[in-house]
Amino acid sequence: MLEMLVLLVSPLAGALVLALCGHRNRAAEVNVFFSAITFLAAAALTARIVADGPLRVLHEQFFVDSLNVFLVALTAFVGMTTALFSRPYMRIERDHGRVTPVGLRLYHSMFQMFSFTMLLVLTTNNLGIMWVAMEAATLTTVVLVALYRTTASLEAAWKYFILCGVGIAQALFGTILVYFAAERVLGPGVGSLLWTNLDAVKNSLEPTVMSIAFVFLLVGYGTKVGLVPLHNWLPDAHAEGPTPVSAVLSGLLLNVALYALIRCKVITDGSLHETVGVPFASSLMMGFGLLSVVVAAFYLSRQRDIKRMFAYSSIEHMGLIAFAFGMGGPVASFAGLLHMTMHSLTKSAIFFAVGHATQKTGTQLMENIRGLMKVNPTVGWGLMLGTVAILGMPPFGVFASEFLILTQAIALHPWAAPILLGALGIAFAAIFGKVQPMVFGETTAKRLPHSPALLPVFAHLGIVLLLGLYMPHYLAVWYRQAALLIG
Amino acid sequence: MLAHYGPQLVNLFAAVLLLLSFAMLSQRRMLSLINLFAAQGFVLFLTTSLVGALTGQHHLYWSALVTLVLKVIVLPWILHRLIRKLNVKWDVETLINIPTTMLVGIVLVVLAFNLALPISQLSGTVIRSTLGIALASVLLSFLMMITRSKAIPQVIGFLSMENGLFFAATGAVYGMPMVVELGVALDVLVGALILGVFLFQIRERFDSLDTRHLERLKER
Amino acid sequence: MINLAGIAAQFTELMLAILLAPLLTGWVNQCRAWLQNRSAPGLLQPYRNLNKLFQKEVVLAHNASPLFRIAPYLIFGSLALAAAIVPTLDIDLPLNAAADAIALVGLLALARLFISLAAMDIGTAFGSLGARREMMIGFLAEPALLMVLFTASLISGSTSLSTIVQTLAHKEFVIYPSMAFAGVAFTMVSLAENARIPVDNPTTHLELTMIHEAMVLEYSGRHLAMIEWAASLKLFVYSCMGLALFFPFGVAEGGDWVGIVLALPALLLKLAIGGAALALIEILSAKMRIFRAPEFLGSAFLFAVLAMLVHVLLGS
Repeated sequence: MLEMLVLLVSPLAGALVLALCGHRNRAAEVNVFFSAITFLAAAALTARIVADGPLRVLHEQFFVDSLNVFLVALTAFVGMTTALFSRPYMRIERDHGRVTPVGLRLYHSMFQMFSFTMLLVLTTNNLGIMWVAMEAATLTTVVLVALYRTTASLEAAWKYFILCGVGIAQALFGTILVYFAAERVLGPGVGSLLWTNLDAVKNSLEPTVMSIAFVFLLVGYGTKVGLVPLHNWLPDAHAEGPTPVSAVLSGLLLNVALYALIRCKVITDGSLHETVGVPFASSLMMGFGLLSVVVAAFYLSRQRDIKRMFAYSSIEHMGLIAFAFGMGGPVASFAGLLHMTMHSLTKSAIFFAVGHATQKTGTQLMENIRGLMKVNPTVGWGLMLGTVAILGMPPFGVFASEFLILTQAIALHPWAAPILLGALGIAFAAIFGKVQPMVFGETTAKRLPHSPALLPVFAHLGIVLLLGLYMPHYLAVWYRQAALLIG
Repeated sequence: MLAHYGPQLVNLFAAVLLLLSFAMLSQRRMLSLINLFAAQGFVLFLTTSLVGALTGQHHLYWSALVTLVLKVIVLPWILHRLIRKLNVKWDVETLINIPTTMLVGIVLVVLAFNLALPISQLSGTVIRSTLGIALASVLLSFLMMITRSKAIPQVIGFLSMENGLFFAATGAVYGMPMVVELGVALDVLVGALILGVFLFQIRERFDSLDTRHLERLKER
Repeated sequence: MINLAGIAAQFTELMLAILLAPLLTGWVNQCRAWLQNRSAPGLLQPYRNLNKLFQKEVVLAHNASPLFRIAPYLIFGSLALAAAIVPTLDIDLPLNAAADAIALVGLLALARLFISLAAMDIGTAFGSLGARREMMIGFLAEPALLMVLFTASLISGSTSLSTIVQTLAHKEFVIYPSMAFAGVAFTMVSLAENARIPVDNPTTHLELTMIHEAMVLEYSGRHLAMIEWAASLKLFVYSCMGLALFFPFGVAEGGDWVGIVLALPALLLKLAIGGAALALIEILSAKMRIFRAPEFLGSAFLFAVLAMLVHVLLGS
């Protein structure tokens, strides 16, 4: 109970404090401090869940089980490391004049606010509040993407707002339909929106209504996950916002949206209880996932901006995860959860390295970034290793999860496996071919006054490597429990 | 008497709501667009209060009050202020001409009615048939967002989409739980404020509110 | 078995329609003059105009075909038939079998067809201009009118006009949103079809603005009289159609004399109010530019379709 309170109050308090003093010299440290407190609360909460099992707090309004607690821990951890990264990064940005003091206040307070809304989505039991918090997360990131006030960033933020706003309105309609179906079984009132109650009665929910509701929810939350064809906002938002924002968007927001989708899928599957063939919700998710992987792989090869390229890589990986959850079954769900963690850590590490690289060279176009290894070997190696990790090379953890997903695909849906392999291969060639000249060769980069924050990069990559080589027993059990919850 | 005329009045209000959505679609002037949006909010307020009186669900009165304050008073006031400060011209430019837009609108209405039919048959509320109209109104606002090239009509389309969803909630399930409705209202308000700030920034950068300027980030 | 009383009643109704039509036009002009604060030419002026025209000589162009000469009678005939089948005074008359909503629209279309053909017959520029504009108005107004009639038919379960009137007269007072929409659509359509402001100015002869007047420029003498009479009759038919659909109170049920005599004052009262309302609408609107007319009629069609959809969905 106390951990929950601290977990949610800490970022909220941080947002308020930083709204007032976010432009001062020590603001970045205050940001890190609040994020660290959030992380400690998350760690304590994780320990409690691992020891005692699922937890319901505050008249069942908040619900934490093994599925969302690992996401909570991940969110808090990546939030903290991003705050560490953003300390020197934003300093350099301010020195270059790309962001004003008011902008810095906005940035820091919105960063904490964003953490708050995401933790709220993850821990709430109420589907309606989940929607409200998701929309609030969209709003905070819209403000963050538009931070630099350039024409391109305004365009990206506007597109993001309109596309995600429309998408999320569909999700609201889906939520209304779920409430409608639930009300017939559970009666009116807040109780009918609680996920735990819905999970208990999911077999008796009306199938027609639930299938229509799931379609709307998939379109709505799928827009936020970045599933093709609703992904148009993603590359622009990643490319034009500050790099810490790209890191949390890719690493955290996409995961959280997918979590919301999974919760709804569990209920839909229960309500439709099809025994023959592929269930409706699963086939939809697999279809969208596959489409995302293929389309993203093709677009990847045409990119010139480094952040856009990695944004498409995020779309590809989220498509893969959606495909895994669509397949269903304990192994695929386990692989999906593992991939969520690995992707989140690796992609944010890459964005950290990319952030410093773009600052050193002063450009985001890949053809103008060369020879990072010469100027700053740590940034160069960070980028290289991160790229190798995200492409699925062993011994990094991404290889393990991709391997599991592919073997499951071959076993259950053999027709999809060549498509996935092909897309992954295309992505491999494209990204590796572009990153290699950026890291090695003659340099175009300059040294900068503030030394880059490299602890986050290597901390992330270290964890990914570790989990690739050896998965601790309690972690495996934890993931397996979560996978069983998904079904 | 209320029990006899009540449901018919609700049907009448639903029809007026649909009419207002079409009227917004065919408007040429920005100022009347905002007034129509306020009228839509007012009709929502009347409907919610009436449903509350008919069914005895008292939380609907609070809902109606929130709707009145937010959608009839605060949001139109913000929009009017925006238009004055931005010195916007009066004409709304459309990407396809108005008669064609209306025909597409009719198709969308038929689609929405078809989609809502199985759901409304299952509903237990007195006013279940209004779900189709609510969904139609959402789709029409969506159409308005797509076929307008200026920023403010797109914003109004976005806000009226939320109106339609609110009406759907009232019609299908007598309104969502209060805490959710308050959350949604807060989101809408904050969203409108952020959009307002955005419009200023866009105006500053591009000297115009034509969203066709915002199409440079494309795939090469 | 031939029902002599019924036939006589039908004949009376037809004669009444034909004779009252110019009076309705005169009444509308009178109201308009009152509202515009000028003195009217008098309630019976249309009769005097018709009288004058009948006495004048007919002047025909050299290349006028027989169609040109027959057209006025055809137009008058079809509109008179339309007036006969719209239930103005009584619903139980011999022509009821033919009194179908779609047949009514067909008769009105027939009249429009012949007036357009006659306009193009002589080959002048104004004629074809008027005919084209009339067809543009007609192609949008007809579907709208059909939709309005379909809505009414859906509510009463049949397209027979007498059944519609009977059902609607006997329903208790219910708020029908679909009928409200249909009413607005019907008003817009009748404004367009009868060449009234805001679609067309019945008194203008400017090339830029005239539609109906352009088609009848070549007519003179008794032909022109027939066409003017037909135009008044068309207004009468539309008014009675509107009253039958939306205010069907006071129409006699059986085919007997007493009923008809009692229904007559009700009809006159309703027509008087309708005429005054028309004059008010004309005063308050300005004439639209021609290219806006499709938008206007598009909205009318939209209202009519909405009425039908709302009825299907809400059941009201």
